[in-house]
Amino acid sequence: MTGTLAVEVHGLAVRYDRVVALDGVDFSLPRGTALGIVGPNGSGKSTLLKAIAGLVPPSQGVVRVQGRAPRDLAPGTIGYVPQIEDVDWHFPVTVRDVVAMGRYPRLGPFARLSAHDRSAVARAIAALDLQALADRHISELSGGQQQRTFVARAIAQEPALLLLDEPTTGVDAATEDALLTLVRGLVADGLPVVMTTHDLDRAAEWFDRLVVVDRRILADGKPDEVLASGAYAGIREHTHTHGHLR
Amino acid sequence: MIDLLAPLHYDFMQRAFVAAFVVGALCSGMGTYVVLRKLSFIGDGLAHASFAGIVIAYIRGASYWSGAAIATILTALAIGFVHRRARVSLDTAIGVLFTAAFALGIFLMSRLPRSGVDLSNYLFGDILGVGPNDLLYVVVLGVAVALVVGALWRPLLYTSFDPVVAQAAGVRVWFSDYALLVVLAVTIIVSVQLVGIVLVAALLVTPAAAAALLTKRFVRMMLLSGAFGIVSSVGGLYASWWLRASSGATIVLSATLLFFAALAISAARGRAPRGTGRRARLAMRDVERDDLF
Repeated sequence: MTGTLAVEVHGLAVRYDRVVALDGVDFSLPRGTALGIVGPNGSGKSTLLKAIAGLVPPSQGVVRVQGRAPRDLAPGTIGYVPQIEDVDWHFPVTVRDVVAMGRYPRLGPFARLSAHDRSAVARAIAALDLQALADRHISELSGGQQQRTFVARAIAQEPALLLLDEPTTGVDAATEDALLTLVRGLVADGLPVVMTTHDLDRAAEWFDRLVVVDRRILADGKPDEVLASGAYAGIREHTHTHGHLR
Repeated sequence: MIDLLAPLHYDFMQRAFVAAFVVGALCSGMGTYVVLRKLSFIGDGLAHASFAGIVIAYIRGASYWSGAAIATILTALAIGFVHRRARVSLDTAIGVLFTAAFALGIFLMSRLPRSGVDLSNYLFGDILGVGPNDLLYVVVLGVAVALVVGALWRPLLYTSFDPVVAQAAGVRVWFSDYALLVVLAVTIIVSVQLVGIVLVAALLVTPAAAAALLTKRFVRMMLLSGAFGIVSSVGGLYASWWLRASSGATIVLSATLLFFAALAISAARGRAPRGTGRRARLAMRDVERDDLF
């Protein structure tokens, strides 16, 4: 039964040394649902995504993706786009090379990209409107173009779960609209998406469900209900006084 | 009239040329990962670590190959382990472990009675001393490294570029990291005979740094680096015959020459990007780093 849920988190606590990033977090996510995670800076939003991705081990509790621990998943299951890509921008790869990396996890030793692999890469490049930039070196991109490239890599992977860490921070309005359309389309096709954001105003457009996190879950429900509740007001206050923008 | 093929009239030179070709291709191909992962220090580190194994093998009457292989691969694995488990930076892990292994080698050598064998040959390389058996090891190990990299080049590339996302996507980053360390160790074991412990790092870093100046594509960088490596090692060996100079040193200086040519071409194109400029400086620092001995 548990295998039917895309994500299950029970009693999750994550501590970095003595700092408690998350404590007692519970939620689950069915397929074809877009879940938004909001909360102030330092509330543990990114840590929650990393725990789901298997990048940080739980100090307590369990994380299950498709009924399994993240590290036991088949390669290519989780597509992850971090908040800040900490890469060497002079690394010798083009946009197309980076997007093609999305196919690497599923390729065996010595395997070449199959026709399906190439088509997945081409579709991801088209979906993010990167055709004209495909042969550009990654150092020749704007911030928004870089972000689209990394989202395209995650899409090309054809993941069973997509994790996006503040993909709209620092991108222009056109890119944000394009990402919104893309994500809603993927969700309509059944893909579960978990995304953190600072943008509360458009939460109802993006998400089917909204979770307010500040080390623990303060509210969980439909976006308009959560936004109407007191949990959101306290967070908004906090967020605005502590620097809304990075 | 000068016979341009004169060096090839000798068996030992024929063997040396084959060894130079393999080592040049191997070092410079692996150098692509070393430069892109900013691991320039590791070539020096693992090469020095091999020395302890060489001295122990000599004391026990075992072959160079077994001694160097055990010491170098163990050090490579220890570097990876300390780095992953002890939250020590890779540079620090290398710095602690290779100096320890090198010091152990010096310590053991200093307690040996004086004998006919001069272990310091290994410090500067002795390509002219490559015997038929050594050549067999060079070729077999060279092919083995090429096969492993051929099988793993994609995960190695992904984890070099973006290890965090690669791990989330299910790529076994730890496996790639350890595989790279072991393959680098084998590359260095093969190369130490040719250019010596002190200069191996240059052959690992300089051709790849030169290639990075000329291309922005990974596969081209690897091929170009390999070509530079082969030209430097085979050309350097050939030049050393006529110049009556140390083959290891001539090979490294040939690579350095190619590097400056690449730098000039890249500057003429007006595109020495900041990042590669920094890589270039790092590479030169390593070329000039024969101060460790």
